[in-house]
Amino acid sequence: MISIETHNLTVSYNRRPVLWNIDFELPTGKIIGIIGPNGSGKTTLLKAIMGLVPTSSGYVKIFDQDLNDVRSRVSYVPQRESVDWDFPASVMDIVLMGRYKKDTLFKRISKADKDLAAEALEKVNMLEYSNRQISQLSGGQQQRVFIARSLAQGADIYIMDEPFVGVDAATEEAILKLLSDMKDEGKTVVVVHHDLQTAKDFFDWIVLLNTRMVAAGPIEEIFNEKLLQEAYGGKLNVLSQVGDLMKEKAFDVRE
Amino acid sequence: MNSTFQFLSFSDPNVLFVVLGTMILGASAAIVGCFSFLRKRALVGDAIAHSILPGVCLAFMLTGSKNPLYLIIGAFITGWLSLLLIDGITRTTKLKSDTAIGIILSVFFGVGILLLTSIQHSGNASQAGLDKFLFGKAASLTKDDVYVFGTIALILIAVVILFYKEFKLISFNPDYAKVIGLPVRFLEFMLATITVLAVAVGIQAVGVVLMAALLITPASGARFWTDKLSVMILIATAFGAISGFLGSYISYIAPAMPTGPWIVMCLSVLTIGSIWFAPKTGMLAKYKVQKDNQRKILIENVLKLFYHLGERGSGFNNERSVKDLLATRDLRTKELKRGLRLLKKENWLRKKGNNWLITQSGLNEAKRIIKLHRLWEMYLNQRLKLQPDHVHNDAEAIEHIITPELERQLEKELNYPTKDPHESIIPYAE
Repeated sequence: MISIETHNLTVSYNRRPVLWNIDFELPTGKIIGIIGPNGSGKTTLLKAIMGLVPTSSGYVKIFDQDLNDVRSRVSYVPQRESVDWDFPASVMDIVLMGRYKKDTLFKRISKADKDLAAEALEKVNMLEYSNRQISQLSGGQQQRVFIARSLAQGADIYIMDEPFVGVDAATEEAILKLLSDMKDEGKTVVVVHHDLQTAKDFFDWIVLLNTRMVAAGPIEEIFNEKLLQEAYGGKLNVLSQVGDLMKEKAFDVRE
Repeated sequence: MNSTFQFLSFSDPNVLFVVLGTMILGASAAIVGCFSFLRKRALVGDAIAHSILPGVCLAFMLTGSKNPLYLIIGAFITGWLSLLLIDGITRTTKLKSDTAIGIILSVFFGVGILLLTSIQHSGNASQAGLDKFLFGKAASLTKDDVYVFGTIALILIAVVILFYKEFKLISFNPDYAKVIGLPVRFLEFMLATITVLAVAVGIQAVGVVLMAALLITPASGARFWTDKLSVMILIATAFGAISGFLGSYISYIAPAMPTGPWIVMCLSVLTIGSIWFAPKTGMLAKYKVQKDNQRKILIENVLKLFYHLGERGSGFNNERSVKDLLATRDLRTKELKRGLRLLKKENWLRKKGNNWLITQSGLNEAKRIIKLHRLWEMYLNQRLKLQPDHVHNDAEAIEHIITPELERQLEKELNYPTKDPHESIIPYAE
């Protein structure tokens, strides 16, 4: 079964495409890495999948449906630095946000929601911190709180943006253990990752990205010198020049 | 004293209206201000306040009346328009939001002043008092005003209670709110609407120029007292209401004093007070931590002198003179004497004539510090590969902060070393 499909997905900032015709189908029940150098459009790809940035062309299907119809089955873990951790909230407050839904507008948080949030915190070994103010957390703990929030949502697909960046060894281990548990439960986890050293051990499946898609497939087929060289060997010269030109001339990617 | 009694008894109904009006205005501005503050949009309130002036003038020109309802509707429309334009400018051009706010604020305010001047010269008799919007007219709030403000304040509080958890989420992480399918645009619209409303009514109290203070100051002061959003909103609301009350009181007992500016003065005092005196986060609390640290460093350093002298062969039970001690370490006499006094209070030193003697508990404490110092030197040498002649200064500072927990970790990780990188013995407790 296919979890996420992107079809000729192009995303532009100021008309310059940062992702060109990304076209792949991801399997279910795997830990999937989106790998590529800095500035290769990994975060943008996640944001496009989650409908956070407008697309210039193409579409995304999740379980063969539009995102709007399957939102509750997809969960998103944004980059830790994307929020201000000085916000007046406790760990529990943040994890409970994973229980908010479109149809619970006006409704108060229930006891069952709190239990689910506590369970999610326990899975990332953070239950004892549930009353802690979030500004007092270390980077790794913040990351685990974000993951717990996403777990509390109880989704089938988890999309995580750089969860391993700047975390301590204990957190890295906790996240890896969690990922393999999730896989055993049949969940699909998509992780943006930039560290080649660890990629081979973390993932079953990878998408190699550098503005365009270089390759996608099971790790043993994709993770080789030639393809990595292609992904990390810089952007395609002509492609970048065309992109620059589109920005300069204010030209859209579709007629 | 007499006038205080008159004020508090509200024997003059006008006083009651003014007090109620300013308290409601202060409180409602503070509530929405909390969200502006947390969404880092402190200056947007200022832009709305200035943009409201042309709306008020236009409403007066069209209706010819100073009915607060009409004026608020006019204010609301241009206030909203300014928000849309700021948003539009930041989204479609290269200009950043601070620039957009600056542009919109001055353009709208300029137009407002233009309209106001032309109204004032139009010979329309009922225009008198319209210029109060510039500086507020808290002292002349009427019963009608209070009804209108009260209703608006209730609407505003109802909206905040209804959407409390959603407002919290879009203030903390709007992207996440979008992803889980919350109607973020609608929620932002509601938040913007109550902000414009709060500003439109708040202006009646303090005027265009001081409005931003009414919005942001209570929130920024309240943030120092709590880490809970709900509590923060309550404290900010209290700050707003208290300032409204005090501002009216001051202008009552001293009739030459303007109410609006005094409300803002009271708010500022509360906020500056919070910055100074709040527990843990306040400046005073931070200063005290620094002082405590300095004290700890001083007494531990002085205690170490006794250990070092004893270690050099003269024994730990010998008396030391101030002169001996000064020769061991570069310390000012005054500081050394202060350290000695403090150590005596802890019973770690005894005084014998003019000399000083370390007690058994003092010696144990000294050993603990020396041990931490030498363990840390060892750690730097082994783990950070620092040369033995580079580790001392670091250890001088770190020895004062290592906790018993970390001490055990160090011992274990270094496998209970007996000597430091300089071959000095590491003293373990017996």
